[in-house]
Amino acid sequence: MMTQFGFPVVTALIVVPLAAAVALLFLRGERAMRLLTLVTGILECLVALPLLAYDPAGAAFQFVEKAAWLPALGMTYHMGVDGLSLYMILLTALMLPLCVLGSWTYISKRVREFHFCLLLMTSACIGVFAALDFVLFYVFWEAMLVPMYLLIAVWGGPRRRYASIKFFLYTLAGSTLLLAAIVAFRQVGGTFSIPELMEKSYSFKFQILAFLAMALAFAIKVPMFPFHTWLPAAHVEAPAAGSVLLAAILLKMGTYGFLRFCLPLTPAASVTAAPVMIAISIASILYGGAIALGQTDIKKLIAYSSVGHMGFVTLGIFLFSVSGISGAILQMLNHGITTGGLFMMIGLLYERSHSREIADNQGLGKFMPAFMFLLGLFSFSSLAFPGTNSFVGEILVLIGAFKGNVWIGFAAVPGAMLAAAYMLRLLQRVTWGAPSSFKPGWWDLRTREWVTLLPLAVLVLYIGLAPAVAIKTIEPSIERVLAAMKMKNQAMGLRSDMPLAERLKLPAAVTVADGTDSIREERP
Amino acid sequence: MTISMLLPELWLLATICALFVASISGGKRSVLTWLPWAAVAGVVIAALSLGARGETLYGAYRLDGLSQFFKLVIALGFAVVTAIAAGKRDSKDLSPDYCMLLGLSAWGLMLLASCVELITLYLALELSSYSLYALIPLRGQDRRAAEAGIKYILFGAAVTALALFGLSYVMAAKHTTYLAALATSSWSLSEAPLAVIGMLLFLAGFFYKLALFPFHFWCPDVYQGAKNETAAYVATIPKLGAVVVLVRLASLFTPHMEVTNLLAVLGAISMTGGNLAALVQRDVKRLLGYSSVAHAGYIMLGLAAGSAAGLAAASFYSLAYILMNLACFYVVCAVSVDGENPTLDDLDGLYHRSPALAMILAVAAFALVGLPPTAGFTGKLFLLTAAWDQGYQWLVIVAVLNTAISIYYYLGLVRHAYTGESTAPALAVSRGSLVFGGVLAALVLLVGMLPASVYDLAAQAATQLHP
Repeated sequence: MMTQFGFPVVTALIVVPLAAAVALLFLRGERAMRLLTLVTGILECLVALPLLAYDPAGAAFQFVEKAAWLPALGMTYHMGVDGLSLYMILLTALMLPLCVLGSWTYISKRVREFHFCLLLMTSACIGVFAALDFVLFYVFWEAMLVPMYLLIAVWGGPRRRYASIKFFLYTLAGSTLLLAAIVAFRQVGGTFSIPELMEKSYSFKFQILAFLAMALAFAIKVPMFPFHTWLPAAHVEAPAAGSVLLAAILLKMGTYGFLRFCLPLTPAASVTAAPVMIAISIASILYGGAIALGQTDIKKLIAYSSVGHMGFVTLGIFLFSVSGISGAILQMLNHGITTGGLFMMIGLLYERSHSREIADNQGLGKFMPAFMFLLGLFSFSSLAFPGTNSFVGEILVLIGAFKGNVWIGFAAVPGAMLAAAYMLRLLQRVTWGAPSSFKPGWWDLRTREWVTLLPLAVLVLYIGLAPAVAIKTIEPSIERVLAAMKMKNQAMGLRSDMPLAERLKLPAAVTVADGTDSIREERP
Repeated sequence: MTISMLLPELWLLATICALFVASISGGKRSVLTWLPWAAVAGVVIAALSLGARGETLYGAYRLDGLSQFFKLVIALGFAVVTAIAAGKRDSKDLSPDYCMLLGLSAWGLMLLASCVELITLYLALELSSYSLYALIPLRGQDRRAAEAGIKYILFGAAVTALALFGLSYVMAAKHTTYLAALATSSWSLSEAPLAVIGMLLFLAGFFYKLALFPFHFWCPDVYQGAKNETAAYVATIPKLGAVVVLVRLASLFTPHMEVTNLLAVLGAISMTGGNLAALVQRDVKRLLGYSSVAHAGYIMLGLAAGSAAGLAAASFYSLAYILMNLACFYVVCAVSVDGENPTLDDLDGLYHRSPALAMILAVAAFALVGLPPTAGFTGKLFLLTAAWDQGYQWLVIVAVLNTAISIYYYLGLVRHAYTGESTAPALAVSRGSLVFGGVLAALVLLVGMLPASVYDLAAQAATQLHP
């Protein structure tokens, strides 16, 4: 099961952190544990480098690995990468060493377990993005909950018990119906293999039920309004590394789920539900922004801004246009980089001031210029300032929105303005406000902190100034998904002016046109 | 058929005889120094005789895939229980006759796995039950244990009477007690009302063992009242006996008959009721009691499906169930002070007091929820797939929603262990005992991640029943 690089890349990405986690159990000394995890993180990034050889013009799924798992039930160990998952995997790999560095001094108790959880998280997250078997996907999807729960529950803030339980209950309860959907797809489609399921067409009634079950799980994970209430609690209480992982990777799983499952497997239901999903997305954008405007806790502010940013992502997805979805994927990546960076910086700020209130962290520009420079950079990226990465993603989504329906575009624009309002307000007070609490002992950025933040800062500008590289890699995959969707809906006889009652009677298409073959082409 | 095929049963019988000799000779050394090893040898023997096939006693006793699979699981469960008990070998209650009764009960269940005739079934069931009736009140001078014993015996007697009454109906209607002969006749209510009613009453005897609604009332009380080690046994191994018989009987039916629908409904009520009741428990053993009521409901998914896949799933799940439950009870026994019942608050700060125990508890609890990558998840996935394929969609939905309910209290175990603060001193648990617990937790994970070989065994057994 070799890939073109002579070793199974995706499996290596999953196994390396797991092996390190096991090794961690036998290690003594906190410093050694941190170093081991850091080295593993760097190794993880190196192992992920071959993925950059992903060929956009090539097969739909590349770096595919297949092995028997449970043949009796048709479960296979099936991994692969495509344009939708490529950047998420790279981002996950990158976050591991940064999280270790970011928590070098922040975490002082139960160091072994902390790094154990970080490693397990990385493994599970990469599994989620690379799995091409439905059961395998679910295994990783749920397996990631436990380390995340522990990250919040053990190393979190004062209300950590409440926040961690809310997080766990919400996300697990949401995904229980996903399991029912998986079982149902096996009965109807005869397999757990995602590429094979993508080829088939399902009756409209089945699609709509499956869509609802899956969308609930994904919408809670994103989180979309009104399922977002676990997010601020979890973000505020989680330790810095937990917040970073939560924002950078976990939230993306929801939107990734929409792209990977809802669009290809239930195309007719997705089209039917699109108006509702778009409305909810816009509600998320506006609501998240408006609430963020009223926060005094920096972490809470950024948590609510996440709700708004993720609203842009889901909006882009349900526009069903190439620019909308490529904007959405780019925005997923950007939000990971930017919000990850912001949470990291707030962690560093908290280490100094031991408060997350804006009022306690005012007027630091004079004393910590380098720190404030980076905070400014990430804040500008967060409000989608031209030249930064988020601008590209957001503008693509907005272009898609205006193309789809002018009113959708107009409804989403205030979200972008709100983002400017709350981020600038934060930046202004923290940088230039009347100094409130600065003590001479507060150092400006240290080398370790520079190393933690610089990769993200470089990415902010790199993607902002040269977005074509990423877009070119993503687009062929999106075009394939959209083409297959259109073809399947046509084969079913779905028309856009059909009332719901008529749609519900639509049977599965007997033959799906040949064009969908390419959506499951695989290459090791 | 040769005598050597019966080696698993014979080995356990020999162990019981040795325990009997030890109980009358009154030696100073605790039998628990050698018993776990003897039980482990029993597991090896049961594993070696997985392939044994044959029939004896005029076709009433059959060795097939199912019986050998369950004999292996029972032997494994017995070995684990003795190993758990060995952790407290200084306790006065764990005398040789206590262990002998445990062994006898397990032996009865092993016989039960091979019985394919209703009267033999009944006899084997009683053999295992009688030892339990004697076991449960054994807890020093504790009144709660006496109460639990009386509850168990009264419930047991009533349900046994029901089962015998049902057996008489089945015999009257079908003129045979051989399962093979019963399988060829019709089991729809309209065609054979007497037999169906009789069979339902007979099934009640096994529902009682499994603690399925409405025969579950004894379960939390008995777990709470009985000694921790006894509870570990009662909660796991007898359920295996019930499952093996139910799997055999369920192969008589086809999906969507009155009987199977009733199984599905009882399963749904059982899991919902069990999970809801467990939400408010403070006593860990009582909580596990309600949890096992819920799990009895989950097993019904496979039995109601009735297909080969369903029966295989039920068998697989019973293995997963005993593994994760024994892991949980192992922690309960290790945490308890002077054999008292631990409450949730006693788990507080377990992380500081014994990190390994906390981790084992976490694995067991998440397995009981059905979180991947544990055996609990894989087993549940098999059950759900089987039930959905046979058209029990509503049951699948009820089951997954129940998972959502159950998270809260299982998570409570982990929450107390990891985030609770406590000033209690560190727990002194021997290294050997911790290794044993770690192996148990590793098994839960291993069966979950690589289920193929075990599932194939179960599937092979089920296809023999349901070609």
